[in-house]
Amino acid sequence: MTAETHRDDLASKTGMWLFLFTEMLFFAGLFVVYSVYRFRNPEAFHLAAKELSVPIGTINTIILLISSTTIAMSITAIQKRNKKFTLLLIGITIILGIAFLVNKYFEWGEHIKEHIYPGSPILALRGQGDVLFYGLYFFMTGLHALHIIIGLVFIGFIIVKIVKNKIDSENFVLLENSGLYWHLVDLIWIFLFPLFYLIT
Amino acid sequence: MENEKNHIIPYRNFLLVLTGLICLTLISVSVTQISLGTLTVAIALLIAVIKSSLVLRVFMHLKFENKIFSFAVIAVFLIISLVIFITLLDYLYR
Amino acid sequence: MSNQKDIVEPSYLEYKGKYKGIFSWILSTDHKRIALLYLFSILSFFVIGATLGLLMKFELIAPGKTIMDAQTYNAFFTLHGIVMIFAVVIPGLPAVFGNFLLPIMIGAKDVAFPKLNLFSWYLYVAGVSLVIVSQFAGDGPPDTGWTFYAPYSFRTAGTMLPAVFGAFVLGFSSILTGLNFLVTMHRMRAPGMTWLKMPLFPWTLYATGWVQLLATPVIGITLLMIVAERTLHIGFFDPSLGGDPLLYQHLFWTYSHPAVYIMILPAMGAISEIITTFSHKTIFGYKFMVASVLAIAFVGYFVWGHHMFTSGMSGTALYTFSLLTFLVAVPSSIKVFNWISTMHQGSIDLQTPFYWAMAFIFVFMIGGFSGLVLGSLAANVHLHNTHYVVAHFHFIVFGGTGFAFFGAMHYWYPKITGKMYDTKWANIGLVLFFVGFITLYGPMFYLGFKGMPRRYFDYDEVFHAGNIISTMGSWILYSGLAIIIINLFASLKGGAKAPADPWGGKTLEWTIPSPPPVENFDEIPLITKGPYDYK
Repeated sequence: MTAETHRDDLASKTGMWLFLFTEMLFFAGLFVVYSVYRFRNPEAFHLAAKELSVPIGTINTIILLISSTTIAMSITAIQKRNKKFTLLLIGITIILGIAFLVNKYFEWGEHIKEHIYPGSPILALRGQGDVLFYGLYFFMTGLHALHIIIGLVFIGFIIVKIVKNKIDSENFVLLENSGLYWHLVDLIWIFLFPLFYLIT
Repeated sequence: MENEKNHIIPYRNFLLVLTGLICLTLISVSVTQISLGTLTVAIALLIAVIKSSLVLRVFMHLKFENKIFSFAVIAVFLIISLVIFITLLDYLYR
Repeated sequence: MSNQKDIVEPSYLEYKGKYKGIFSWILSTDHKRIALLYLFSILSFFVIGATLGLLMKFELIAPGKTIMDAQTYNAFFTLHGIVMIFAVVIPGLPAVFGNFLLPIMIGAKDVAFPKLNLFSWYLYVAGVSLVIVSQFAGDGPPDTGWTFYAPYSFRTAGTMLPAVFGAFVLGFSSILTGLNFLVTMHRMRAPGMTWLKMPLFPWTLYATGWVQLLATPVIGITLLMIVAERTLHIGFFDPSLGGDPLLYQHLFWTYSHPAVYIMILPAMGAISEIITTFSHKTIFGYKFMVASVLAIAFVGYFVWGHHMFTSGMSGTALYTFSLLTFLVAVPSSIKVFNWISTMHQGSIDLQTPFYWAMAFIFVFMIGGFSGLVLGSLAANVHLHNTHYVVAHFHFIVFGGTGFAFFGAMHYWYPKITGKMYDTKWANIGLVLFFVGFITLYGPMFYLGFKGMPRRYFDYDEVFHAGNIISTMGSWILYSGLAIIIINLFASLKGGAKAPADPWGGKTLEWTIPSPPPVENFDEIPLITKGPYDYK
């Protein structure tokens, strides 16, 4: 370091927001692809979407919403100097994040068992609309799941910092930033869920 | 550099928002089960936008931050929709 | 630094940090040292890219095979494009001069996230290394051109994955640089420096930062889709699976057109600084300059379709993109008008950087007007994918960004190194560079107009004369480049010591010693006046 170390929480938060903007645009590219192919293959998308399990999708949505709530509450908890409750709330977020991935794993497993995956010859027989729908489905939810994993690692790292008192009621911008990241993952799911499961 | 005191949001607010979000999800699920044609897409997207604005404003603290953050978020959403719109200008009229 | 008595702390070049030797550079988080890391890497890749270009021009000196076969030529223009676009002109001005000068010009001690800044440089090196790996690994180098157009990019036998992933990593490096600059400008301006007291070079970096942030992710995801296409056969851009190759072009240019503004906006900023300093006059229409920078960045985001006029878009899309393309010319011409008006009644000091700025305006105008020709739908049908396009974008990208880069180099060289360069050789280099440039790219307008397509190693006999002139131009250009670089390096040793303000500049970087001390300012300045306070 050359300049003397100073702390500017607003700068880190601004940086985090700007990073979230790039994440939004990253997914925006996929939403462009989705809208074009949905427009070109309305029937196939309609029928293929019916094969996704709405109950599992709904449960996963609610899981993510609750996990977002708990990490948002943890910021209140740490400001109130309630370290144990903070850790509990973040722990719930992590467990729910893992639960989401487990659900996703079984959901994907079902599809793959039925030979529905990108590049599958059986999927190719069903027509181009189905290939595109499932291609997008696997690619977008896969990328989203990757973001969940990154978020979990980030939050895990935050837990260590809280245990070591590196994050406390005076200095919790890192917790806020991990929360922002997690909410973004939630936000993207809020759009993915209706676009894949509901618009039938 | 000043690190101004953050606004402490009561737990109750988060739980209220959560209830709202879950209700909206269930509404969205049940509405889209009824076949409404193109309206389905519009309703599902409208509910998604309401949900995301709740997440953005409360969970992501936009309500309490400097206005410039909200402005930037809206601008980013606008840019994304403009890009989709302009791309569709090609596909809609091809 | 005997001639500057007020220095208490050593300059950033002499500072002894935790590490020694090379580690004091590659582990430094000082924005000035990182800028020099970028400078040396970018300059090396520029020389590599220019050498590839020189060899391609030599191949084109006569019809038929001269020194390389078709496949080698394809690999050469691909590598030339990837290196020049992603590794040279996109990071060129922001990463080198932005890093060095942005914190100083806004009165800060460093960027907001110094470690992230260093990390961006490592990403840059990693990205370029991946591109280099793609040349030697697998079944031969990529041969798609730098645009990686689908469906060829996932069918060719060339080693695409490392090249595509390399471009992805380079994009990420660019995003982080932009993010860093934006936060720096939002949070670290010196007290009293309101937004409208900020100099124009930081303003252009601000607009560039937003474009980097909001456009680069789109190519990130597009390149990932190409990776998925090659590995998983996902079908997004494969017509046999229902995908639409045109959609790839849409997504690709959604980034790659704004990328042109990542290249040109900081160039315009540097030129604005040079012109005010050497005219010794406040910039004409400061607010219009700021507004036009933001307008270029915003409108420039939505004009990507003009790269696809002949690829079969709908008529509605064609009209829209053509209209938007013409719109973006308005703020660009406001800038040229304001530069000229700044010089009007100024007391102009004819120094090397000012000559570079003049050359910039000249080639930028030609590049811009030829862009309008290409932006009109009817003319585009005739000129698309000909050498006319090659000439146009070299006038903008190489002429615009390249001339501004060397102009900035000669303008800020005393500040960065603490030495003055040899003006005579600098001017000789510039003249050769300029003459070579026009000789190299000028005939391409004619050749393209006559119908010579781009990206072929061979051509019809009727194009021979123009190609000979063009190839000779490449030799002149290259010798000019050699003189410029050798002169700058030689002056590191032999140059006279530079005073703090050799040109009479008014922005903050000229108020501190040359080279700047480690922490830039002993005391953060209090800003009360606008950036260009001449009177």
